[in-house]
Amino acid sequence: MSATTARSWFSSTTGSRRPGSRRDSRDAPQKWGSPFTYFVALLFIGVCIAPVIYIVLGGFRTNSQITKSPAGLPHPWITANYINVLKSNRFWGEFANSVLVALASTVGIVVLGLMVSFVIARYDFKLKGAMYSLFAAGLMFPMVIAITPLYIVIKDLGLIDNLLGVIVPQIAFGLPTTVIILVPFLRAIPNEIEEAAAIDGTSRLGFFVRMVIPLSLPGVVTVSILSFIGSWNNYVLPLYILNSQANFTLPLGVQAFSSQYSTDTAKVLAFTSLAMLPALVFFSIFEKRIVGGLTGAVKG
Amino acid sequence: MSDTLGTETAFGRQSQGTSRVGGAATPPTAPRAASRRRGRAKMRLEIALLSGPAILMFLAFVIFPVALAAYYGFYRWHGYGAPSDWVGLNNYRLILTDPAFQQVLKHSFMIMGLSLVIQGPLAILLALLLNQKIRGRSVIRILIFVPYIISEVIVGTGWSLMLQGDGAMNDLLRHIGLGSLQADWLSNPKLAIWTLMAIISWKYIGFAVILMLAGLQSIPEELFEAAQIDGASYWQIQRRITLPLLGPTIRIWAFLSIIGSLQLFDLVYIIWGQYVSGTAGTSTMAIYMLAQGRNAGNYGYGSAIAVVMFLISLVVALIYQRFVLRRDLRGAVTEGTV
Repeated sequence: MSATTARSWFSSTTGSRRPGSRRDSRDAPQKWGSPFTYFVALLFIGVCIAPVIYIVLGGFRTNSQITKSPAGLPHPWITANYINVLKSNRFWGEFANSVLVALASTVGIVVLGLMVSFVIARYDFKLKGAMYSLFAAGLMFPMVIAITPLYIVIKDLGLIDNLLGVIVPQIAFGLPTTVIILVPFLRAIPNEIEEAAAIDGTSRLGFFVRMVIPLSLPGVVTVSILSFIGSWNNYVLPLYILNSQANFTLPLGVQAFSSQYSTDTAKVLAFTSLAMLPALVFFSIFEKRIVGGLTGAVKG
Repeated sequence: MSDTLGTETAFGRQSQGTSRVGGAATPPTAPRAASRRRGRAKMRLEIALLSGPAILMFLAFVIFPVALAAYYGFYRWHGYGAPSDWVGLNNYRLILTDPAFQQVLKHSFMIMGLSLVIQGPLAILLALLLNQKIRGRSVIRILIFVPYIISEVIVGTGWSLMLQGDGAMNDLLRHIGLGSLQADWLSNPKLAIWTLMAIISWKYIGFAVILMLAGLQSIPEELFEAAQIDGASYWQIQRRITLPLLGPTIRIWAFLSIIGSLQLFDLVYIIWGQYVSGTAGTSTMAIYMLAQGRNAGNYGYGSAIAVVMFLISLVVALIYQRFVLRRDLRGAVTEGTV
C-alpha cells in the first residue's frame, strides 16, 4: 500500500488544495521553550529510525552476540555477514531482477503515461473527460484487490514466473497516478510556446517531442521516483507471479532468505539491510523532489 | 472517486479555456475545409497513437481482471480450463456466512478505526511541533519519512525479529528495568493486534506528519499574526485557526488511511503468515483472500472475495466522500468553475 497511498494522495490534493502562499518561516513558539520541541523531535526521530539501526547494526554482529544480548551493540564488529551476502550470487541475482523490473516499469509508466497525459491535457475531443475519468477511477482498483483475477490473466498469457508478468501489470497500475500528476503539469505549459512552435512549422507531435518532454521534466522525475520505489518495494504481485528463486525480486528474496536461515539471525539482518539500502539511497538523493512534491510543488 | 476527479478537473479547467484557443491556432493553413478535415483526421490519428497504448494496457490489466473477478465469482472453479460449474451467488453466501471472514472483516475495520484514532491526533501534534522554527527541519523530515520508504517486507522482517520472545524488545525492557512488561508480542492473541497497530503507526505516521506539515504550510501566516495581535494564546490559535484550516488535509489523510487499512496485506502476511495470523487475531481480508483463494486453489471463491473487498472499499469510500469530503470538494469545484 505504500506507494499507492503516496500516489493517490497526489491526485486528491494537487487539485483540492490552493496553491496559496507557502512560507518557511513560522512564528517562534509562543509558550513552549525550544528544548521541549527538540526533545520531542529527537524522541520521534529515535523511534522512527531505531528499528532501522537495529537491522543495520545486527548485521555487524554474530549470532552468539545476538543470542546473548539481543538489544546490544556489535562487540566486536563483524563484517563477515555483509561480505558473505555481497559475495553471494543470490543477492546480486535478486538485486538485478529488482533493478530490471523497477527500471522497465518506470520507463513504461513514464512513456505511456506522458503520451496519454499529453492527449488529455492538450487535445480537444469528445472523449477527453471520459478518458480522464477512466484513469481516475483506476485509483479505486489497488493491486491487492485485483490480484487474484490478475494472476489468472497473467497465467493465461503464460507469463507466470516471468519478470514480464510483474512489469506489465505494474505499468498498468502505475498509469492512473501518473496521468493524474502529469495532466496538470502539461496543461500548465503556456500556449504561447505551442503557438510559437506551430508558427515555426512544428507539428503537434513535434511539439510534444521537442518541447513537452523537456518542459515536463520535474513532473516526470517525481512520477519516476514514485514508480521506482513503488516497484522496488512491491511484494504482493511478485508473490503471486514469481515462483522460482532465480526470478525473485528483493522483497521476495528477503522473505525467502529469512525463512531459510531463520536460525542465522545475523545473516538475515545483513541481507535485509543491504536490500533496503538502494531504496534509502534513492530516496535521500531525490528526497527534495518527493517531499517537495508532497508539500505542493506539483501544481496544476 | 469521481469526486476526486472533479476537484482535479476543476483545478485544471482554468487553463483549459485558453488551451482551446491554442488548439484552434495550431493548423497554420486553416481556411480551406478540405485541409481542415484532413487536419482533423490527422488529429484523430495522433490521439489514437498517443493514448492507445496506455488505454489498452490499462483496460487489459486493471479493468479487465476486475471484470473477470466478477464473472469468476459466480463459479466454483479451480483455475483450469473454462469455468463451468455455475454456483450463482453461492460463493458470496459462503463468504458472508463464514465465521473466518467475519473475523477478518472485524480485524480490518478495527485496524481502520484504530489507525485513524492513533495516528491522526499524534500526527497533528507532531506536525504542530515540527512546524515551529527549529534547526535541522529538513533532516527531521527525511528521517521521519524513512519508515515509510522502506518496504513492508523489510519492516516486517525487522520487527518480527525484534519482537520475538527472546528478541531485542524484551531484552531492552529487561535492561531498562521494565522486565515485568516483557511479553509475547506476536502470538498472544490479546496483544498481537496492538502490536500490529504499533507497527502500522510506526510505518505510516511519517507520511501523515509530512502531509500535515504540508497542510500547515499552506495556511496564510497573516491569520496567526492577526490572532496574536488580538491576544489569542498559542493553544487558542491552534484550536480556532489551525485545526479548522487543516481540515481538508486531515480529511484527505483519513481517506487514504481508511482505504489503505482495508487493503492491508503485506505487513501481516510477512510477520504472521497465513496460518499464525488466524490464531493471533491479526488476519485481514486480503490474507483471507490469498488463503482461501489461490493457496487453496479455489479461484472462483477467491475472485468472489476480491469482489466483496472491492465493494466494501467502494462503499466506504463513497460514504466517506459523500459525508466527510463533501465540503472540501464543493469548495474546490466552485473555486475552479467560478
